[in-house]
Amino acid sequence: MTESLYDQLGGEAAVNAAVDIFYRRVLNDHRINRFFDNVDMEQQAAKQKAFLTMAFGGPNDYTGADMRQAHAKLVNNGLDDSHFDAVMEHLTGTLEELNVPQNLIDQVAAIAESTRDDVLGR
Amino acid sequence: MMTVTKIKIDEQTLLCQVGEPLLDALLRENIDVSHGCRQGACQSCMLRSLKGKPPAEAQHGLKDGLKQQNYFLACLCYPEQDMEIAYTHHRDYVTHATVKAKQMLNPEIMQLVIETDEELDYYAGQFVNLKRDDGLTRSYSISNHRMHGRQLSFHVRRLMGGQFSEWAHQELQIGDRLAVSEPQGLCYYQSGQPQQNLLLIGTGSGLAPLAGIISEALHDGHRGEIHLYHGSSDMNGLYWSEEMRSLQQRYQNFHYTPCISRGEPPAGIAKGRAHEIAFKDCSALKGWRVFLCGHPDMVSSSKRQAFLAGASMADIYADAFHVASSSVD
Ligand code: FES
Repeated sequence: MTESLYDQLGGEAAVNAAVDIFYRRVLNDHRINRFFDNVDMEQQAAKQKAFLTMAFGGPNDYTGADMRQAHAKLVNNGLDDSHFDAVMEHLTGTLEELNVPQNLIDQVAAIAESTRDDVLGR
Repeated sequence: MMTVTKIKIDEQTLLCQVGEPLLDALLRENIDVSHGCRQGACQSCMLRSLKGKPPAEAQHGLKDGLKQQNYFLACLCYPEQDMEIAYTHHRDYVTHATVKAKQMLNPEIMQLVIETDEELDYYAGQFVNLKRDDGLTRSYSISNHRMHGRQLSFHVRRLMGGQFSEWAHQELQIGDRLAVSEPQGLCYYQSGQPQQNLLLIGTGSGLAPLAGIISEALHDGHRGEIHLYHGSSDMNGLYWSEEMRSLQQRYQNFHYTPCISRGEPPAGIAKGRAHEIAFKDCSALKGWRVFLCGHPDMVSSSKRQAFLAGASMADIYADAFHVASSSVD
């Protein structure tokens, strides 16, 4: 049996290492950080962690419907492809910073990419 | 032997089947528990055991402080025995106390010292609820370190129209009795990593828990730099400056900066808001531990700023209750 992507990346420890870096990048990015104004840091961090767990192919409860619902308000406030691209950029940037091999980064990116239409409500 | 277990939450009791995660049992009974991943990753299903340790697997990934206080994740919890649980903290009163001393620290803040009938297991910086005879209750942070055992002190700020604080200032007498809850909250000093730098920012009587944390850290032999910024709008809100200055003289690694945001400060006091000055001085916080207490706006914006300055989320401590205690400003 081959090891799952999640395990290859280092499982939960890897998610924990990534979440701070990823979230800090996102909050520092003026293109997208307005979407994070007025949200509670802890709650948001928990969501970032859930997102990364999902993107790493780890255990998650991801359903397209939930993703749609969670982002519907943001879509109304102008969330579009350019913002999604920015998040993708930070996701790969985070993994590069953590010295993750390129072939695994590609797999993570592909999983995250597969949520694009749900996130953007299409 | 594995058997069905009885779970008590608030007034309700339900059964958890063998091999069934507690989260599923709760949801099955229409008890509304927030949850997400169901795999122990998102920590949104955190609950607290009121009687004894939860199963070790159910505490996977939680901060030490949470573990010590018997928090656990419902989705990872397969109860081994009957449990009594709560969403967060239970409000039970565990002991009573006698008022030992009252002393004004500045025109609006009084130090209240009580002695509990039983010894409490607490950490400086945690808070307790104090309740008077008729049930009126308020939360106050413990400002002394743990070595005092049954002696607890608080900084009670007199709030305009504040029922409890007015009463405590004016009518509460030495020798009077109060009910005391179990110590609560996660904003406290934990030993280990004595070389870590600490940044503490407080406004008003938010100094109380910070002073407790500092004395506990120093008492514990903390070696990293400890920076305290205490702010108020004017000089009336500052207090304990002498104590903090003498602490600064005794400990080379302790640095104290009092700040006022309105008017011209006298010598030795910084001009501006405590958190703005703090982040100007300490702009690279990677590896630091950060403690925030006081005005809710200050706390939430500082949380973000500390994080962006490099502090890890797990190393930023702030207690929600201070929102309530400082909302009348
Ligand atoms: S539901 Fe995510 S940790 Fe329990």
